[in-house]
Amino acid sequence: MTSSTVPVLRVDNVWKFFGEHPVLRGISIEVAAHEVVVLIGASGSGKSTLLKTINLLEPVNDGQIFLGNEDITDPRVKPDAVRAQVGVVFQHFNLFPHMNVLANVTLALRQVHGQDRATADARGRELLARIGLADKANEYPDRLSGGQQQRVAIARAVATDPRLLLLDEITSALDPQLVGEVLDLVRGLKESGSTILMATHEMGFARRVADRVVFLKDGVIVESGTPEEIFDRPQHPATKEFLARVLNPLG
Amino acid sequence: MSSTESTARGTAEFIPSGIELGRRRHRRAQGTRSVLISVVSTVVFAAVVLGVLFNSTGWPQVQASFFDGKSMVNSLQPILIGLWLNIQVLFFAALGVAILGSLLAIARTLRGPIFTPIRLLAAGYTDIFRGLPVLLVMYLIGFGVPGLNLFERMPAQFWGTIALILCYSAYVAEVLRAGIEAVHPSQRLAARSLGLSHAKTLRLVVMPQAVRKVTPALMNDFVSMQKDVGLISVLGAVDAIRAAQIQVAQDFNFSPYVVAGILFVLLSLPMIRLTDWFTARAQKREQIGGAV
Repeated sequence: MTSSTVPVLRVDNVWKFFGEHPVLRGISIEVAAHEVVVLIGASGSGKSTLLKTINLLEPVNDGQIFLGNEDITDPRVKPDAVRAQVGVVFQHFNLFPHMNVLANVTLALRQVHGQDRATADARGRELLARIGLADKANEYPDRLSGGQQQRVAIARAVATDPRLLLLDEITSALDPQLVGEVLDLVRGLKESGSTILMATHEMGFARRVADRVVFLKDGVIVESGTPEEIFDRPQHPATKEFLARVLNPLG
Repeated sequence: MSSTESTARGTAEFIPSGIELGRRRHRRAQGTRSVLISVVSTVVFAAVVLGVLFNSTGWPQVQASFFDGKSMVNSLQPILIGLWLNIQVLFFAALGVAILGSLLAIARTLRGPIFTPIRLLAAGYTDIFRGLPVLLVMYLIGFGVPGLNLFERMPAQFWGTIALILCYSAYVAEVLRAGIEAVHPSQRLAARSLGLSHAKTLRLVVMPQAVRKVTPALMNDFVSMQKDVGLISVLGAVDAIRAAQIQVAQDFNFSPYVVAGILFVLLSLPMIRLTDWFTARAQKREQIGGAV
């Protein structure tokens, strides 16, 4: 197989339990290079857990996850090496409060990829310029708005050119008027060819940016397809019910 | 609401109303009154204390044996020379405590069954050395360890420093552990997700935040250690207290002890003020706004 036909990510029949409670029940999903796949579903449907298992922050109880050709659920695989190839952005930003913005963005370049400070700083400043925060390089995170903090967190995640980007409800903790700036940035990433798997509650955004939408319920993939298929012609009653509730909460 | 109104009127400038001016007058008057009350009460209190002290029947003898000017002046130089030894011991002890305390704190936070013996060892260590009186540890280390004849002869201050490090690193380890556990788990998650190893996460992300959270407590431990360096005198090291003791024996007068006491207070004052300032600053930063 050539590298172009191997998906960047292949999740194969993954199970995950918290105690006795199954959170993921045989999930299989593929993300091809330059593809944006959006996970939708109610809270507790397993979206976040799935993203965590892909970054090896949670071990799986069964099934396999392939990053390229490598089975990253193999216990002989070094988790740090896998994580260095996968970027993650969290709901609550999780920036390092004791480091300024530039140090946050360049930390992995310096400490994981062994770049010297000058090279890393140049890359960091270029990224900050691209997200419109060049003048905030020396500020500390708590001086920034939520939207700015999340943009810095995205810059931190993409600084090392990860093969795959995981976005975990990155706009859920933001004031409504700050959501736009973050989503614009994600759209920019898609246009520049990033491979993205994201969980979101922003249905409008999912429709515009997704190549494929996957609907999860109780740890099972109920339905997946193009945004048009899922949002305009949902087949499964559970999908219809979920969308009706999300798109028209008052009934 | 009010901002749109003011722009509508075209006045962005703030002109305090009559009500606000009245409130300010009242607050000013209250302020003046409370300053007056505090001055008067302080003067009265000091007068009463000093009056009782100076009019007590034993005061002349106490003054002669504790506050004798000539004895104080004579003892100042040897005590200062002794204090220099205290400062040196303090320096090395602080260094040792920082290293051993951090290692112990990290040992106590290690997860996983492989680390159980290390974790238990560290827990036992902190339990024992926080329970033992410093003076007792001084004796045990200062007289006990040389008695083993394992090492060549070392000066008393060396063993005194070791004893201080053993005691205080147990306290500092517990303070640091509290700090490490106060760092939100999401910080560790974010660091590990970037590919940082466990050790680098601890060194670059967790420890800097942990130390910042417990700096006031650490500084307090330092102030406490600053005065406990005087305990090395029991091992025979000629520090400020030992020097004072020698002077006391020569003059049959206790004033040199008072001199040593004053010098120890002066030594700790900068650190105490720094601690207060740091604590106040941290509080101000974390509690912006609000009157209570």
